[in-house]
Amino acid sequence: MATLSALHTKNKLFYLLLALGGLMVLAGLYAVHMMEEHGHIISGMNNQIVWGLPHVFAIFLIVAASGVLNVASIGSVFGKTIYKARAPLASLLSVAMLAGGLTVLMLDLGRPDRIIVAATNFNITSVFAWNIVLYSGMFSLVAVYLWTMMEQCMNCWTKPAGFAVFAWRFILTTGTGLIFAFLLARQAYGSALLPPMFIVLSFAWGLAVFHVVQAVIYAWNEKVLDPTILQRKKNLLGIFVLGSLYMVATYHFTNLYFANRVEFEHFILFDGGLFPNLFWWGYVFFGNLIPLALIYLPGLGQTRCVMAASMAVVLGAFVFLYVFIIGGQAFPLSIFPGFEVSSTFADGQINEYHPSVYEFLVGIMGLAIAFMITTVSVRVLNFMPQDKHYIAD
Amino acid sequence: MRLIALLLLCLCATVVWAGQTTPFKLDIGQGGKCVKDPEWMRKNHMQLLKHQRDEAVRKGARDDKVSLKTCVECHASTKDNSVIARDDSFCVACHRYEAVKLDCFECHSGVRKSYWLKRNAK
Amino acid sequence: MSEVNNQRRAFLKTSLGAAAVAIAPGMLLFDMAHGSTEPVSGKVRWGMLIDTNQCKPGCDECVTACNTENGLSGGKLPTDSQWIRKIEIKDISTGRQSSLPMMCQHCEHPPCVDVCPTAASFKRADGIVLVDKHRCIGCRYCMMACPYKARSFVHEPLHDQNPDVPRGKGTVESCTLCVHRIDEGLQPACATSCPNKAILFGDLNDPNSPIAQKLRTVASTQVRADLKLNTGIRYQGL
Repeated sequence: MATLSALHTKNKLFYLLLALGGLMVLAGLYAVHMMEEHGHIISGMNNQIVWGLPHVFAIFLIVAASGVLNVASIGSVFGKTIYKARAPLASLLSVAMLAGGLTVLMLDLGRPDRIIVAATNFNITSVFAWNIVLYSGMFSLVAVYLWTMMEQCMNCWTKPAGFAVFAWRFILTTGTGLIFAFLLARQAYGSALLPPMFIVLSFAWGLAVFHVVQAVIYAWNEKVLDPTILQRKKNLLGIFVLGSLYMVATYHFTNLYFANRVEFEHFILFDGGLFPNLFWWGYVFFGNLIPLALIYLPGLGQTRCVMAASMAVVLGAFVFLYVFIIGGQAFPLSIFPGFEVSSTFADGQINEYHPSVYEFLVGIMGLAIAFMITTVSVRVLNFMPQDKHYIAD
Repeated sequence: MRLIALLLLCLCATVVWAGQTTPFKLDIGQGGKCVKDPEWMRKNHMQLLKHQRDEAVRKGARDDKVSLKTCVECHASTKDNSVIARDDSFCVACHRYEAVKLDCFECHSGVRKSYWLKRNAK
Repeated sequence: MSEVNNQRRAFLKTSLGAAAVAIAPGMLLFDMAHGSTEPVSGKVRWGMLIDTNQCKPGCDECVTACNTENGLSGGKLPTDSQWIRKIEIKDISTGRQSSLPMMCQHCEHPPCVDVCPTAASFKRADGIVLVDKHRCIGCRYCMMACPYKARSFVHEPLHDQNPDVPRGKGTVESCTLCVHRIDEGLQPACATSCPNKAILFGDLNDPNSPIAQKLRTVASTQVRADLKLNTGIRYQGL
């Protein structure tokens, strides 16, 4: 039993964490203000690398927000008890990360003051415009879902709400993948494989984030997670990591088969300087092989290993997105296939990107927002998973 | 944030001046006969500009009579050829008094075209 | 039924014609004083034929003319706007070299218009692809989607813009085909500035226009024709 003084320390720690998060949000807002004042010239983004670090953070948060709901879906849609107990926490994380990601995306716009224009002028053919609907729909659906779970007289509606969220999140991640899949001219994108790839990636990233947060909450409340539960969830993470590795491999293999994309694949996988290193060491080795080893190697796989594996998956996700988004734009767009080209506008050249502290702060702000929403909610509402004595389904 | 502030200010700033005098110094440039009477213009010039802007930009229907360029042509100060250069310039003085953000001239030129052409020909 | 409709149409035509004759003198005066107040016609499609055989390597008169006309700084930093640029190309297999200006190709099916969330990117009835900067929120998705890298993002606050060419920080911009000149009956600045007359501008839809006649007689190509965007800018001698 915690003593009174221990509780006091904890209280202080809580407010300290909150203040830290708030400080990070403030720093982000300062960066946004500077970018408003001086324009994007103070960021590392330019006319060749038009999307940079903020988009890496935002897309991670949005994809993981969709993936974390997997935990809830397994509970509500497939009726697994241990996941059902975790559905509220998963939904909360989803809303928090979605809020963080969207804030970053919105504040990186050239004219964030005009965001209302995006709501009043709707271009039906734009996947960005669809995504605006998908994101706001996701917010409301998850909110309703949470309500049906937390309000006891609404419990009977949990299943239909869970189904709706389940379907919606598939469409949402498809929409995120389509943003890139629709870029017909770029060698790095323009592939129908991207939406399913993002869905599988979201499973792994979402579950990894969930593991980390869950472990922190259990530690905070001085509770121990039933090892059998961890065992099952750890295996699931392993399968998702293998699945995402498979999707990424397929994407690169198909590209390697198309003669007009071979050059790009060589760039991103072998001779593109930073990018192949990040891809092989950062993503494949650190973000996939290490977690797989931590999960499956005999003798490993305890709580601490699963935590480490999850964190490695999250870091690997950032590296993957950096290579995917920045590397994809760094490779010169082929306007004249079969020709050697040169111009004043970087045609035929590898594009350089040197992120500035401002865009980094904007990106970090997304994480901080997600962190603050989660921390405050977990404290004021009951999101702690309540496990009955574990019985196999 | 800025937008919310702007909306709030628009709501608050419903003061329409009675009579012909303004409570602050205002350089109306050449002035002359406007396309509508001044009372109407004070309240509704933004609607007129917005309508004209969509017609001109998206459909190519350029009605010079009500274009922003023509507004500037008449109302730019005779001293510095601008509607935005000083505190009492035609657009600035009013917008400052009403505390409404003036967004046109981040992109549009606030200078009389005839003057701009003369200056840039040099 | 259709006969009745035709009769009605004929009647309307005559009466409208009569009305037009009645007010024509006044209208004409107005038109001369103020330019066209009518929306542009969808029967026209503006385009260009660029003869790369006439385009000199190293010459960038068209670029300079564009910068002057549209008030661009002419800077070549990765954050500077370039609406038109000269590209030197060399066929890898044959070694043949040519030089050409590259800008917005004014596609019939522009990817930038498809992807724009706010419909700020749009195609005018006469085929000119433009950015409505009043609506652009600066998301840069069009820059990702454009197969020609034709678009630039304004990275800094601007001052003293050309009154005919509004441009501003935080929005995306590209070649407007000098729409402000076209609407006054003039040709785009690059076309008039080329010392070798390599750029022929005109109405692709009018069979009697010089550009349409030339396109009928010489071999021309569209850049990335495989994408089937049906560009308004065509190249000869590639």
